Amino acid sequence: MSGVLVLAELAGGAGSPLGLRPSSLELIDAGRALGEQGAGALTVALIGAAADAHADALQLPGVAEIVTVSTPDEHFEAHVSQAALEELIRERRPAVVLAGHTSDSLAFVAAVAARGRHGFAGDVTSVSWGEHGVLARRGAYGERLLAELDFPGKSTVLLQLRAGAPAAGAGSGDAGSAGATPGGVGVASAASAAATVSRLEIDLEGTARTERLELREPPAGGADVAEADFLLSIGRGVGSADGVPRLQRLAERMGAALSVSGPLVEAGWAPRGLKVGQSGRTVAPRVYLALGISGAAQHLAGMSGSRTIIAVNCDAGARIFDVADHGAVADLFEVADELERLFA
Amino acid sequence: MKVLVAVKQVARLRDGLVLDGSAVVPDEALEWAPNEWDAFALEAALRLREDAGGGEVVVATVGGEEAEESLRAGLAMGTDRAVRVWDPSLRGADPLAIAAVLAKLAAAEQPEVILCGAQAADAANAATGLALAGLLDLAHVTVVNAVERDGSALVVGRELDGGAVETLRVSLPVLLTIQTGANRPRRANLRAIKQAREQPIETLTPAVLGLGEQELAAAAGARTVRLLEPVRERATMIDGPASAIAARIAEIVAAELQA
Repeated sequence: MSGVLVLAELAGGAGSPLGLRPSSLELIDAGRALGEQGAGALTVALIGAAADAHADALQLPGVAEIVTVSTPDEHFEAHVSQAALEELIRERRPAVVLAGHTSDSLAFVAAVAARGRHGFAGDVTSVSWGEHGVLARRGAYGERLLAELDFPGKSTVLLQLRAGAPAAGAGSGDAGSAGATPGGVGVASAASAAATVSRLEIDLEGTARTERLELREPPAGGADVAEADFLLSIGRGVGSADGVPRLQRLAERMGAALSVSGPLVEAGWAPRGLKVGQSGRTVAPRVYLALGISGAAQHLAGMSGSRTIIAVNCDAGARIFDVADHGAVADLFEVADELERLFA
Repeated sequence: MKVLVAVKQVARLRDGLVLDGSAVVPDEALEWAPNEWDAFALEAALRLREDAGGGEVVVATVGGEEAEESLRAGLAMGTDRAVRVWDPSLRGADPLAIAAVLAKLAAAEQPEVILCGAQAADAANAATGLALAGLLDLAHVTVVNAVERDGSALVVGRELDGGAVETLRVSLPVLLTIQTGANRPRRANLRAIKQAREQPIETLTPAVLGLGEQELAAAAGARTVRLLEPVRERATMIDGPASAIAARIAEIVAAELQA
């Protein structure tokens, strides 16, 4: 039982021309760091109908092996991925499996963990390798605290990492390490040897237990909140439904995607697909500009992995200022007017 | 149709807790409330029973006495029975251990459909329901935002990252984890709330369900070593009039997007 197995995901699903999800690159960074700390060689697995076609995208520094598993159907199916991961673990016996805390992982990884009596934690924000194996940190009590977890007696541990979580490497130091900046995406160095590519033949016919009837894409114009580089996010501070289109225009001018906090969705002022938070999307953009968001725990859980957070709120005591890098106590519409002028 | 709904009473920290490096928060530092997601799972269960023209909805929890609030909320909405499974050793148990307990309960109850909230507000692993399906070798769909009956199957919507939704058909028996907003949970009327207070709650232990201490320990997926206070550094504040604030924001955005 040694080595790290990263489950990579393709944006838009296998068969898509979009390539690796940014969060998969973060997983590879974290896996490489665990390897350097003593966890062993890094293997990256890709499960999907077109997995072979995307194997080259995984030729990244520190990756020793790339394994592809071909699936019968083009689209993701939870039970097929479940069977594939079970076989991958049987075959490769990794000490650690790193997956993203994504909607697809949420559909099969914990089932594999429970059936295999493996170690498991979801929504992990940092990992490290120590004397007794892998350690993970994650939020507890609605993100009010951080829990440090270990996995005694488990020869394989499955972890789902939150997007934007820092790469491993902070070690088991003090609490300060957990809030570190996200690991940079690895840049291929010419010197690194190419990883071996192999294909694991698994008979997955008949493992699907759901039938896809339809796939509805989000309404046009709504950029993918989870993948955007720059989010302009608005909260209760907009005051009424009338404020939303105005800030939507500002977002477009600034080149940002619009997202919202929970209360706006509950009030019917914005569609659910734009919601950032525990019961919405988890996001980790380069810039998160929060206007009129007070920072309820539910919301912070969905965005605290953002690289740079800027918050404007009229309440100087708002909790959003505890996670923001830059803050201003001001009327959001006054600031929005000035921004509109600057980005005219 | 028989439906089992697994709910959780979630813990919230009271203000003023001082951590002492241990792995558990003392009971007096916690307050409890039903999990937001569970109301949507309960509503989905009641609608399945209504559509089927009968059956039974059982609301169950793995929790201490405080969790009876969640069960009575289910009874007040209209569930037929309520079951609480508990042993003090389960305090702070991880999702895989809870799933092992629920698996024994499900084996005894034999429901056609099991519903859970997509996640709990306190621990937010979003894993217990899926782990339960794994243990029972049940078909499953997670983060479901719509449920309809279609003969001996269900047609459900699954939320994907990025706001897309896929519609899936899945045969019974099945386990679903339900997302907030999947339906409009009914409000219990006063009479139902009063009646729910009087209704019996069946209480069981893992041992009674045939789950021994060792088996339970082996099922656990993680151990909390310690709890830490997250380091939060307050934001660097931008002062001045709105125009100065906007100018500084524009500067930061430009620098960060270029980096």
